[in-house]
Amino acid sequence: MSSTFLGMPATPPRSPYGTGNLRGDRTFPEAAHDELRNEQLRRNLGRATHTIRAKRLNVTGELPDWEELRDAGSALKTDTMNRLPELLEQLERKVTERGGTVHWARDGVEANEIVTRLVKATGSSEVIKVKSMATQEIGLNEHLESVGITPCETDLAELIVQLAHDKPSHILVPAIHRNRDEIRQIFLKEIPGIDPGLDNVPAHLAAAARAYLRDKFMTTKVAISGANFGIAETGTLCVVESEGNGRMCLTLPDTLITVMGIEKVLPRYQDLEVFLQLLPRSSTGERMNPYTSMWTGVTPDDGPQDFHLVLLDNGRTAALADRIGREALNCIRCSACLNVCPVYERAGGHAYGSTYPGPIGAVLTPQLAGMHAAKDDPNSSLPYASSLCGACFDACPVKIDIPSLLVELRHQHTEESGTTVEKLAMKAAAGVMKRPKLYTAAQKGAAIGRVMAGRDGKISHLPPPFDGWSDSRDIAAPPKQTFRSWLASAEGAATMRAAANEHEKNQKNQKKEEEK
Amino acid sequence: MRIGLFATCLGDTLFPEAVKSTAVLLARLGHDVVFPPGQTCCGQMHVNTGYQREPVPLVRNFAEQFGDASIDAVVMPSGSCAGSVRHQHEIVAERYGDAALRAGVATVKAKTYELSEFLVDVLEVTQVGAYFPHRVTYHPTCHSLRMLRVGEKPLKLLRAVDSIDLVELPEADSCCGFGGTFAIKNAETSTAMLQDKMRNIATTGADVCTAGDSSCLMHIGGGLSRIAAGTRTLHLAQILSSTRTSPYVPTEAVR
Amino acid sequence: MTAARETVLGRIRDALVLAPTQDTTVRRAYRTGRSLPDDERLALFTDRLVDYKAQVHTCTADRTAQVVAEVLRERGAQRIGVPAGLDAAWLGAYDGEVQQDSADIAAPRLDALDGVVTASAVGCAETGTIFLDGSPDQGRRALSLVPDLHVCVVDLSTVEAGVPEAVARLVPERPTTLISGPSATSDIELERVEGVHGPRTLAVVIRTDV
Repeated sequence: MSSTFLGMPATPPRSPYGTGNLRGDRTFPEAAHDELRNEQLRRNLGRATHTIRAKRLNVTGELPDWEELRDAGSALKTDTMNRLPELLEQLERKVTERGGTVHWARDGVEANEIVTRLVKATGSSEVIKVKSMATQEIGLNEHLESVGITPCETDLAELIVQLAHDKPSHILVPAIHRNRDEIRQIFLKEIPGIDPGLDNVPAHLAAAARAYLRDKFMTTKVAISGANFGIAETGTLCVVESEGNGRMCLTLPDTLITVMGIEKVLPRYQDLEVFLQLLPRSSTGERMNPYTSMWTGVTPDDGPQDFHLVLLDNGRTAALADRIGREALNCIRCSACLNVCPVYERAGGHAYGSTYPGPIGAVLTPQLAGMHAAKDDPNSSLPYASSLCGACFDACPVKIDIPSLLVELRHQHTEESGTTVEKLAMKAAAGVMKRPKLYTAAQKGAAIGRVMAGRDGKISHLPPPFDGWSDSRDIAAPPKQTFRSWLASAEGAATMRAAANEHEKNQKNQKKEEEK
Repeated sequence: MRIGLFATCLGDTLFPEAVKSTAVLLARLGHDVVFPPGQTCCGQMHVNTGYQREPVPLVRNFAEQFGDASIDAVVMPSGSCAGSVRHQHEIVAERYGDAALRAGVATVKAKTYELSEFLVDVLEVTQVGAYFPHRVTYHPTCHSLRMLRVGEKPLKLLRAVDSIDLVELPEADSCCGFGGTFAIKNAETSTAMLQDKMRNIATTGADVCTAGDSSCLMHIGGGLSRIAAGTRTLHLAQILSSTRTSPYVPTEAVR
Repeated sequence: MTAARETVLGRIRDALVLAPTQDTTVRRAYRTGRSLPDDERLALFTDRLVDYKAQVHTCTADRTAQVVAEVLRERGAQRIGVPAGLDAAWLGAYDGEVQQDSADIAAPRLDALDGVVTASAVGCAETGTIFLDGSPDQGRRALSLVPDLHVCVVDLSTVEAGVPEAVARLVPERPTTLISGPSATSDIELERVEGVHGPRTLAVVIRTDV
């Protein structure tokens, strides 16, 4: 027998976090403080989110099997995560067989380098882009510009954001924080040769974008896209869009580079039957989005003859290593959770500081990029940017239990944070509450709060950290008597006895009625 | 039925009238209401703020206080506390508890109810003999609505109240902005949500805004009090326990 | 490149060890394998197309050429493109110029066309969706994209009730485009407006007896 002691298998290392646009420069409450004062933003967001909520409910309510579709979507994504290595290898094999080239990127920096190298190899100094969360996440545009390549966003909202030198604030509609008047102003200022008589009618604004981008579609040799789905079984990639800019980019250039997060793979082509129902109805509230493109490698004489797929990790494997948190990877980027979120509706997407705003962003961002990079890491404020109202969970087409994930990430944060004033207070509170006698004594102490109240019985000023509450809300002075002391009192006993007697009396009356 | 009444720490200490009404209502319906005296807090605030080790003794205490087989049902006038017992206690027990705690938690979870679902689902009553001649609007609190799925149950109870003028609250299912420590940590966003809720309440012209949770009512009521609105807040139990012979009499300044 | 591949795959395997997976069964309890009578499919398909601002014409196969010609004339289309495999008889009543497509025609030349006429592979009634798959009578993707008017002939027999039934008819390897109405955007205040980069007019000719 060998004397070598092999020991327990070592715990594998946790993956590094991702890089790119996944962290703001201030905490959520700090950022929200400014955003909440922007009345225009509040109005724009309120209007847009209310419009889309009604539309979504209409088209999801139309399907009698909506819940079954959600169940299937959820199970398919979970199954995908369980089998991720084999599915990605299968996808790679199929894409390669069909004439495409597959690249792997450990993080955003590496993905940016790969894309840059591929663009440079074509000799083009310009690329057209289909709206893509993955390339936004890794800051591809900024990187391309830094090496002298001009990226041109072709999705209308992305174009608005790019022309305004702004940041996206929504997953589906990055310019949701802008209204039609603002968009008109941006176009008049930034689009060369635009008709100065342009009005604010959305159809006219869209027509202006069409005219501006037409030439770019016809002449640019390289396009960059993301992918909504990648099918392992066949190597098929899928982009879901509305305007036709996606079709233009995926069809007309010579070279197509698609950057796809590794979690976007699906096992079977048949699985599209689920997601092509879930995604459009959840996202734009349409039965089907105007255009969906599906392609498999390279097709002779049809579309780009040079196709590259970049598979991106960038923190996804770090999230995958969390038994609870990994559920966030099931997200199909429909943005329904943003549209129903009361916090998003007021604070807007910029307050989250990440490519991924809203409820899903609050659980995805800290997992992709970490939330303890420094003391008071802005990402550590994201799991708290929710009242846990649960509207997001109800809206999610793949049933991600976002409230539970938020609570879990809050727990991970308190566990990482060492000793804080809050933790001591929580410990102290639990220490009192676990001892009924001490608790009862403390309740009596709470009655001392009565001295803080004015003659009207209201407390209108509280000390920090509760001053945020009392800035807009009163609080009632604690009553003279707690429930338990009332119940133990003669009055309490008499009241309860009277209530029981009332029942007996009612019973008797009822019997009499029946006998009659 | 022998009903274990859980007062909730907030109800016991700050909003005893809502708990009294719950106790009286259940007794009037012919049930034996018991109050395990060692009860304190369900630990919801701890868990929702990110603390799962600290509330272990609270979860254990809850299971011990209400675990007794002689208690047929545990009833509380709070959707969020019922949600905590039903959904969060097992998370805490799984992670930081022992086998005994996990078993205890499972036992109480199965017999825990929020007041309106207990009345409608278990007792199968919607007519509780209440009389409330006021204009009322109902705010379905988030945890009642989406965690417990109480749905129409509170409204069924309210519609059966004699002389009530029940008016629908626009955008009723929007959160009031409370969210426990959310209202402290993100006070400004919370206030923005509250303002919209109060605007919607104002359009109803209601004398009373009711709900099944004292915590949300504390938040809404605190805001209504600050702007000196004509609407006051009142727990659902207080409406349901109001009768012709002992009608509701306001006692507290702000609710 | 290989190093990155091995690293990423290794990280995934590590993650699945760190947080072991729970078995999942995918239940497809949603509606599949539905069939609807012709008149119901036609009514549903038409309703959904119209709702998304497509123009809908129905005819029998023998009237294809007349209807196609009328639609093109109505829109003032003087020069149109067609895929090489399109049934020439469909344009028998059209008096404008017809350019047969080939892979060497550059995009700007497609842009100079007034419209395009194609066939289709599959339809989906419940969503008002037309599926093109690059077959000879549908042509390459650029052809049905660049011109501003797309006249698409759909045979009712290819229209399925729902999405699962339609997806089941597709050939995965073919470049496939799903079209539901003319191009549109919801990017301004989340309100849908029709007409951006794709064809601003989609005219669907449904042949009810094919």
